[in-house]
Amino acid sequence: MGILSSSASVVRYRVKGKIKEPLLNTITQGLNKHRIHEIDNNSEDKTCGWTSFKNPYLADFSGSSFVFDPYIVFSLRIDKKSIPSKTIQKQYVAEIARRFANKDQSYLSRYEKKEIKDQIIASLGMRIPATPNIYDVVWLPENSNLWFFSTLKSANEEVESLFLKSFSLSLIRLFPYTQAYYMEGFSDREKDGLNNLSASNFSTSQKK
Amino acid sequence: MLDISVAYSRFRFIGQEFLTWLWYLIATGEYTDILDKDANISVSIGDRMVLENRHSEDIEFITIKGNRADLKEGVVALTKGALVAELSLEILVDDQPWKFTLKGESLGMTNLKTPATGRPETADDIEGAVLEKVHLYETAFHITEQFYHTFIKQRIGDDWDNQIKKKIKTWIKTHQ
Repeated sequence: MGILSSSASVVRYRVKGKIKEPLLNTITQGLNKHRIHEIDNNSEDKTCGWTSFKNPYLADFSGSSFVFDPYIVFSLRIDKKSIPSKTIQKQYVAEIARRFANKDQSYLSRYEKKEIKDQIIASLGMRIPATPNIYDVVWLPENSNLWFFSTLKSANEEVESLFLKSFSLSLIRLFPYTQAYYMEGFSDREKDGLNNLSASNFSTSQKK
Repeated sequence: MLDISVAYSRFRFIGQEFLTWLWYLIATGEYTDILDKDANISVSIGDRMVLENRHSEDIEFITIKGNRADLKEGVVALTKGALVAELSLEILVDDQPWKFTLKGESLGMTNLKTPATGRPETADDIEGAVLEKVHLYETAFHITEQFYHTFIKQRIGDDWDNQIKKKIKTWIKTHQ
């Protein structure tokens, strides 16, 4: 559901703060510092980082490939391994049966059971490939606007956190209050008025 | 500026009032006074509307779906104190269609469809395709911002209680 999709979902942000000059160097450094790393052959179950919009499976930012003048375009990639609970259960039951058979043991403590489960999850995690989810980012530094192509709460939280770590700039989500606050042409008095608003009631029915 | 998380929940009603106001504006045709006079733009309600009533004992949601849905149920919900929580819009600019759903709580846009663009055939086409699509998104954002800017100006001005709220209530009464 990215920029070029036939149907997109977008959350808009205001970038708070001034990016360090030279702009392209700072952006390249920030993207490289937190680019996605592969977790397919290790036991990590989740990772998240920046990747290239043009080729999201190869996080290459060389040659300012993220510049679509005047926009900066890249993607957030969140890779997650999801092991079906029934697969874990199947291996868990088999392992317990094997232990009982080998050791002539008829009881396992809660600690031993947890240890077996953790070992199975770690072992499966090494073998199961991560599923990538890709969310596009369009950033227009000249007016401090940024669009993030997902309304998923978890993805939005990741982009806000990673953007701050990468560029030392905060993302302010444009929801009704912040969008009004940052709109041009409002005096301080009007902004105070915004802070003092209370809900209107359009109800026309008489309360019993 | 207030703390972001405090402001999000304290002022969530602003977005819902905005969508309710926008419905009134579209239904009465008054929206044309807000948009660029030179642009050939028409706006209509799309195929989905969700209303939320926090005035009743439990929170009530009323969902109206369908291309030719009768919005009368929505008006009845307004009379009971509900506000529009989600609103699908269809916008024509020079006969080119944009469709999207606006959420009152967040002003996030979902199911945003722009006029069709050609798919990039080669890697070299991608930049042009992205810039074209971004330009189309900007059109939808720009129109929405024009509406929201006018709404906020009215909402914090003296005319809200004296005139605008009364006009909306009269419209609700005459259409229930």
